[in-house]
Amino acid sequence: MSIWSYILKRILQGIPIIIIVSFISFFLIRLSPVDPLAELRMNPSITKQTLEAEKIRLGLDKPVIVQYFIWGKNFIRGNMGTTVSGEKVSTKIKERAFNTLLLSFSVIFWTWIIGIPLGVIAALNYRSTFDRILTVLSSIGMAIPSFFFAILLLIFAQKSGLFPIGGLTCPNFSNFSPLHKVLDVAHHLFLPTLVLTTISLAGLSRQMRSNLLDVLDSDYVKFARAKGLAPSKVIIKHALRNAINPLVTLLGFEFAALLSGAALTEYVFQYPGLGRLILEAVMKSDINLVMASLMIGSFMLIAGNILSDILLKLTDPRVRL
Amino acid sequence: MKNFFKQFFKDKFATASLVVLLLLYISIFLANFIAVYPKNYSNRNLSYAPPSNIYFITPEGKLTRPYTYNYIRKFDKDSLRMYFIQDRTQKYYLKLFPKGFEYKFLGIFKTKRHLFGVEKGGDIFLFGCDINGRDNFSRLLYGGQVSLTIGFLALFISFPIGLIYGGIAGYLGGKTDMIMMRFAEAIMSIPSFYLLIILAAILPSGMTSSQRFLLITIILALIGWAGFSRVVRGMVLSIKTQDYVKAARSIGASRARIILKHILPQTSSYVIIAITLSIPGYILAESGLSFLGLGIQQPDASWGNMLKEAQEFTNIMYRPWLLTPGFLIFVAVLSFNLIGDTIRDILDPKSQIK
Repeated sequence: MSIWSYILKRILQGIPIIIIVSFISFFLIRLSPVDPLAELRMNPSITKQTLEAEKIRLGLDKPVIVQYFIWGKNFIRGNMGTTVSGEKVSTKIKERAFNTLLLSFSVIFWTWIIGIPLGVIAALNYRSTFDRILTVLSSIGMAIPSFFFAILLLIFAQKSGLFPIGGLTCPNFSNFSPLHKVLDVAHHLFLPTLVLTTISLAGLSRQMRSNLLDVLDSDYVKFARAKGLAPSKVIIKHALRNAINPLVTLLGFEFAALLSGAALTEYVFQYPGLGRLILEAVMKSDINLVMASLMIGSFMLIAGNILSDILLKLTDPRVRL
Repeated sequence: MKNFFKQFFKDKFATASLVVLLLLYISIFLANFIAVYPKNYSNRNLSYAPPSNIYFITPEGKLTRPYTYNYIRKFDKDSLRMYFIQDRTQKYYLKLFPKGFEYKFLGIFKTKRHLFGVEKGGDIFLFGCDINGRDNFSRLLYGGQVSLTIGFLALFISFPIGLIYGGIAGYLGGKTDMIMMRFAEAIMSIPSFYLLIILAAILPSGMTSSQRFLLITIILALIGWAGFSRVVRGMVLSIKTQDYVKAARSIGASRARIILKHILPQTSSYVIIAITLSIPGYILAESGLSFLGLGIQQPDASWGNMLKEAQEFTNIMYRPWLLTPGFLIFVAVLSFNLIGDTIRDILDPKSQIK
C-alpha cells in the first residue's frame, strides 16, 4: 500500500469520529439546562437585531435535531457565531488555537531533545547511579500536579524577576523589531514550557530507556555485536532506530495529554491558549465558544494522532494498518 | 500470592510509599479524632494567621513541656496592612488526648477526646489559617477525605463499565465492535480536561455538597473508561481464540457467561495494574477541577480547592503554608505511582526490564 492511500485511509477513518464528537459536543451543551442566549440577552451592548440573527442562525425555533444540522452546516462553512461579548468565535479560536499549538510544539520539541538522550544514557548505563537518579527524578516529575508546579515557578519568577508573569507578549509588543518580537515570545513561553516539559519528559525518557533496553536484548543486536560491528555503530544504526519507533506512536498520546495538561498551566500563567479560552467560555456560559473550542480541540487531537501514525509509517515501513 | 508480597516488600520505594499511603488514609479515616477544629470552625479575627510556633524552652532558658502562644491581629496604619504578633503574656501547654469538639469516633460512639490540643483558651494552628481564619491542618484532613477517596469511587464506576464494554465489543466482534470502538475513540478524541471542565460547569448550582461530590465522581468516571475499554477489547480479541473458550462455547455456555466467567477474569492482572496506575490520574483531575473552582465547592474542603487560594500573588509570596495541599497531592500521587510501577513489574514480568 502506498503512503498516499494509507494517508487517505487514515483520514477517512477520522471522519466518523469527528461526527460522533460533534454529536457529543452539541447535545451535551444543548441539552444542559443553560439558555444559549441568556448572556446575550443580559448584555446591553448587543442589539435586538443581533439577538434575532443569532436565534435564526442557531435555529432555536426548530427541533433539536434540525438545530444540530444547522449548527454543523454553519460550522463547516467556518461560521461559528459570536461570543457573548460580540466578537467572532472563529477569529478568537484561530488565535488561541495557534498559541496552544505553539506551546505544545515547543514542549514536544524540548521533551524529545532532552528526553531521548537521557533515556539512551540511562539505558546504556543500566543500573548505574545516573540511571537510578533518573528513575527517581522521573517518578517525581510524573507526580507533580502541573498547576502546583506552575505556582511554584510563579513564586520563582516573582522573586527573581527573571521572567515575565503571564501573557504571551509584552504590552508594547507591536513596537518591537522582528528579532525582539521572537525573543519576547520565547521569554514568555519559557515558564509554561518548562512546566509541561518537566511532566512529559519523565514519561518519555522512561519509555526511551525501556525501549532501548528491550532492543539491546534482541537477537539482531546481539548478532550485529557478534559479527564485530563497532559498539557505537550497533547502537546508532541498529538499536536506536528501532527503539525510537514506538515513541512515534506515543507522539499522538503525548499531544492529547498536552492539550489537557496545558489547560491548567495556561490558566495559572494567564497564557492566551485554547485551554484558558474554553475555561473562560465555560465560566461565562458562552455556548458558541464552548462548542467551537471543544470541536477544534478534538479536531487538533485527531489530526495529531493521524500525523503521528503517518510519521510512524514513514519511519517504520513494516507497520501495517 | 505470598511470593507477590515478598517481591513487593523487597522494593524499598514501594514499601515506603505503602507506609506513606497507609498513614495518609489512616489520618483521613480518623480525621475527626486528629483534627483540632471542627469542619465549620472559623475565626474571622485570625484570617491568614501564620502557623503557631511550638516552644520547648522557656524564655528563661529552661527545658519544659511544649507550649505555644496565641496570635493577636494588629493593623499597621501606615502601610495599611494586617500583621500578627504573639501574645507573650500567656503560655498554653500542648496536651495529649484533650477534650475538644464533640464528634462520633469511627462514626459510632460520641466522644470529645482528640489526639492533641492545647489548654483552654489557646489556639494551635500547625499549618496556619486560611482567609476565613480556618485551621489549615484540620482542613487538610477533611479535604483529604474528599481528594483521596474520589479516585477510588470513580474507579468503581469506570472500571466495570470499561470491562464490560470492552468485553462485549471484543467478544462479539464485527459491526458491533466497530461501532462500539468508534464511540470509545470519539470520547478519547475529546481532550479529557476540556470535557471535564464542561461537564462540571453544566452541573446545576444549588446542590448539596454530597450530591455535588457524587456527580463529580460520576463525571470523572465517565471520562476514564474509554481508554481502558479499548485495551480490554484488545485482550479479549486474543483470549477468545483460545481453546478453553471454544470448549465453553461448545458445551453451550451463554455469551454473557463466557464473557463474565471465562474471558474477563483472564484480564485481571492488567486490570490491577491499570487500577493502581489510574488512581493518581483521578486525584489530579479532581484537584485540578477544584482548583479551578468547578469541583468541590467551598465551604467543603478538598486539596484542590484549598490550593485555589494560592492563586493570589500575595498569598504565595507571604503565606507559604497555603501551599501544603499541593505537597500532599504530590506525595499521594508519587506514592501511588511507585506502588503501581512495582505491582506492574511483579505481575507483568514481560514489561520488567532485566
